Amino acid sequence: MSTAPTKSALLQGFTRPWIWAWLAAALAFAATLGLTSGRGAGELAYAALSFGAFAAIVGMGQMLVITLGPGNVDLSIPATMTLAATLALKTMGSDPGTAMLGLAVALAVGLAVGLANFALIYLLRLPPIIATLAASLVYQSVAIWSNRGLRIKPPEGLADFATGRFLGLPNVAWVGLALAIAVWVVLERSVWGRWLLASGQNLRAARLAGVPVEAVRAATYVAVAVMAALAGYLLASFSGGAALNMGGEYLLMSIAVVVIGGSSIAGGNSNVPGVWGAALFMFLVVSTLNSYGAGAGVRNLLTGAIIIAIVIAASTRRVRR
Amino acid sequence: MSFLSRHRIILPVVSLAVLLALTFWMQPRAMSYFGLNLLFNLAVPIALATVAQMMIIMVNDIDLSTGAFVSLVACITATFLNDAPLTGVLILAALVLSYAAMGAVIHALDLPAIVVTLGMSFVWGGLALFVLPSPGGSSPGWLRTLMTVKPPYIPMAVAASIIIAVVTHLLIVRSGIGTVLRGVGGNAQSVARAGWQVTWLKALAYGLAGLFGVFAGMALVGLTTSADANIALRYTLLSIAGVILGGGEFTGGKVSPVGAVIGALTLTLAASFLSFMRLPPDWQIGAQGAILILVLTARLLFARKGPAA
Amino acid sequence: MSEHETAPIVALTDAARHFGPVRALDGVSLSVAPGDCLGLVGHNGAGKSTLVNLINGTFGPSGGQVAFPQGSEGVRSVFQELSLCPNLTVAENLRIPHPGLKRPGWRRIARAEIRASLDAVFPGHGIDADSEVDTLSIAERQMVEIAIGFAPRGGAARLVILDEPTSALDAGIAEQLLAHIRRFCEGGGAVIFISHMLGEVFSVASRIIVLKDGRIVAEREAAGFTRQGLVDAMGHVAAETGGTAAPARGTADEIVIRTAEGLVARRGEIVGLSGLAGHGQAAALARLFLSQTSDWRAGRAPRAVFVAGDRPRDGVLPLWSILRNISISVLRRDAWRGLVNREAERRVAEDWRRRIGIRTDNLDNPLLSLSGGNQQKVLFARALASDAPLVVMDDPMRGVDVGTKQDVYAMIRTEAAAGRTFLWYSTETEEVCQCDRVFVFRNHAISAELTGADITEEKILEASFEMQEAS
Repeated sequence: MSTAPTKSALLQGFTRPWIWAWLAAALAFAATLGLTSGRGAGELAYAALSFGAFAAIVGMGQMLVITLGPGNVDLSIPATMTLAATLALKTMGSDPGTAMLGLAVALAVGLAVGLANFALIYLLRLPPIIATLAASLVYQSVAIWSNRGLRIKPPEGLADFATGRFLGLPNVAWVGLALAIAVWVVLERSVWGRWLLASGQNLRAARLAGVPVEAVRAATYVAVAVMAALAGYLLASFSGGAALNMGGEYLLMSIAVVVIGGSSIAGGNSNVPGVWGAALFMFLVVSTLNSYGAGAGVRNLLTGAIIIAIVIAASTRRVRR
Repeated sequence: MSFLSRHRIILPVVSLAVLLALTFWMQPRAMSYFGLNLLFNLAVPIALATVAQMMIIMVNDIDLSTGAFVSLVACITATFLNDAPLTGVLILAALVLSYAAMGAVIHALDLPAIVVTLGMSFVWGGLALFVLPSPGGSSPGWLRTLMTVKPPYIPMAVAASIIIAVVTHLLIVRSGIGTVLRGVGGNAQSVARAGWQVTWLKALAYGLAGLFGVFAGMALVGLTTSADANIALRYTLLSIAGVILGGGEFTGGKVSPVGAVIGALTLTLAASFLSFMRLPPDWQIGAQGAILILVLTARLLFARKGPAA
Repeated sequence: MSEHETAPIVALTDAARHFGPVRALDGVSLSVAPGDCLGLVGHNGAGKSTLVNLINGTFGPSGGQVAFPQGSEGVRSVFQELSLCPNLTVAENLRIPHPGLKRPGWRRIARAEIRASLDAVFPGHGIDADSEVDTLSIAERQMVEIAIGFAPRGGAARLVILDEPTSALDAGIAEQLLAHIRRFCEGGGAVIFISHMLGEVFSVASRIIVLKDGRIVAEREAAGFTRQGLVDAMGHVAAETGGTAAPARGTADEIVIRTAEGLVARRGEIVGLSGLAGHGQAAALARLFLSQTSDWRAGRAPRAVFVAGDRPRDGVLPLWSILRNISISVLRRDAWRGLVNREAERRVAEDWRRRIGIRTDNLDNPLLSLSGGNQQKVLFARALASDAPLVVMDDPMRGVDVGTKQDVYAMIRTEAAAGRTFLWYSTETEEVCQCDRVFVFRNHAISAELTGADITEEKILEASFEMQEAS
């Protein structure tokens, strides 16, 4: 009786689509190594984990929002990353021992941004797409203003941490992993997670089942902003400073890793391991194609083709059921 | 009732008028042929891209690939269309058809448009890099001439915007098929029940979006004389904002072509206005966002008052 | 049956339509000839909508024949649910079903045509052909829809099916419509008229058909019916159920719910909401439930729980297992520091699976793997597992087999005896007759409150249908 449920839960896990993101990542990994006949495997894995961590962190945030159901998406992730990074770096001012203060500032920025986004959505009844888009312009401006003329390096200890390793794995990957576990626990084990998943499947049914749906929505928009802020803080520390365009590529990336990772774009079904797999895959595809001498064009084409193939596959699965 | 039914166009017009008045007040010299041309110089491609986005929003979808698509068209215009016009035209026609096919597939397989267009944005971006790996190319001479023509009395940018607004208004609001297309956004079930093939109608809407996307890319190259693969990426968000500013809504087929063009002009003008205001450049983007939020809030007040009045 | 010389417009011979095991229409024969005005009456689920959909071609018959001897041109339906495009103007809405409006200048033609049709049906209507439909009132929208139904649209209307056309119209406008129908039929057109306003049916129909359980139970010239006879034909004799409604309620007469529209419920009472479907019962229940719970907070002990009848829309969380679908209502109560108490969750679910008899060997199976009736049991289990004193049920027995119903009735009785209050909207009169108190809804208002021995099918039908000539 006690083992049966865990076993079936495990089985359920394996039939979930996250396995495909990891297979794809493994394939891309093998393809690169095929060219070097196995040399540089460690370095490649290390780089994938380092760079993949940032995509995974913002991807998990975006996943939570997309889980809320159709129409929910956060387009302010890049601006939030930049803003949190610049304000944190400015506060720290390269002084040693301020890393925690900087982290607090970044997280506070995330909290404020999330609350502001949800206020626009809830009070002004703006569609989330347009609300987060318009608000992101403001955040971007604040970032530009605070960043102007300042080339602040992160405190040395923080930079060392962000680029360092522990037990052979990059520290940022550990952070991403810890966050993934936390998100997984929230989604699978906590009441809040259940409420979120219920709201995303059918908002009206969830409300009628007693779920406080507005509170769930608010918490989700705050969560995505806080995670984007954390990613921005880490990325700036990792790359030796904040840049205005540092978040740019993470807008489409965050949505892409959610979709490739096997979460349902229709909501109610999120997939934490899939986001990590997809994040690694996105990096590895680039490095594979680079090592085969293919340009950015091929890389983009393939990424687009993969995203579309995945949606079509998901839709035919749905029709068959 | 008649005020209410028309109020959707009033707000964009008022927003643009207020912004224009403020601009003239800050910078009286702008109130001239050249001043206006300068203010609205880049409005034409943005207006065309906004109209393209509107076609998609009209049928209750959203297009995240507009910017990438316009960039691709710009690259093709600056290369093939300039070097081998016939090939260039054929490629652009194929792009329009592929847009229509995308619409048909999205409807037939019931796919989420937001993800399909996201994927297509990577595809268009990849193709653009193939066509033009590094910034360059040059505008066909006739396109350059067309975009820089100086008609009497009315600057080119303003005249072109008016023409775009009138043509799309005739196409979407006045014509029979445009009415049916808006009907798809309003109540697709009832349109299907009346015997229409909704898949074809969606393909038509997407095809029109592709067509206007092509015009946007060509107009952009005519102004900038060269292209690169990222030249218009920001058009995706600008075009969505323009449609909504122009009184459109994400669902229900409520779009206004004239409003969309005005929305695009407002966005363009907001940038010029803010620079006239001697607002520190740091705050210009943010002020654009604030203006966007402000106008949308005003719309909410209108909508709230609507049913009560 | 038909004494007309002309061939019928539509003829159904033994037409049947089954949805799975449900026989929505079970062998119906009728024909409508030019000049006929056929009144169609029947209670919920009698097969009226199915019959309409067979005639207008939404789906084909499972058995028998639907024939149009002169072709199906000019057969139109005006649906009960509004089917206009709200973002288009009145004239533009005519464009959608009108194939002839293609050339430039079509707007002028459309405007003239819809205006003419509106003027013909509703003289002095005051509707601007250029106003957008979503700026019109519900009544005006219904008028436009009817006018589009009667408009020539490049041919001529020959048979117009009107499904509850007057539900949103006031008496004067409804009278205009009835007059137009009479004129239309005198001019050789045909109408199928469905309405719960018996006075209207009598005033306009030349022939009346009574449907019950997918069959025609009575068909006569209108003059051959009395109102009472019509009501009797619609219902089945259920006199004895009135007696079985033994008061099982608790002793205290403490009022737990009192709403603005006059709904009153006492502790331990089973309160029924009845009347024809779509007369505001479901909306009243949803409003009541939402006012008792919050969008922002969910306490450990909710005040009310909801059992949905429209399962896909209001109840089912389709991606989840049976277990999770049951436990959503008790997560908060049993949680430890915000984490789900998985042991308690499983215990509660297993307990309710046994008590309510959900047929599955594993609660981890997806909910959608269950039959409709068992899915409904899951929704009952979800509600009853919580300790909420008020249980709101929105027609929860739709598509549920008889055995399940009996199980659930017994369960509800037990829970009510333990002090819970049930608010139970049902489209099946037999269920409503099990209640301690019944509110009958008509036109979004309570038209009767029945208690004890007064709760009979006859009384409920009387209160559901408009008996007066014109209200």
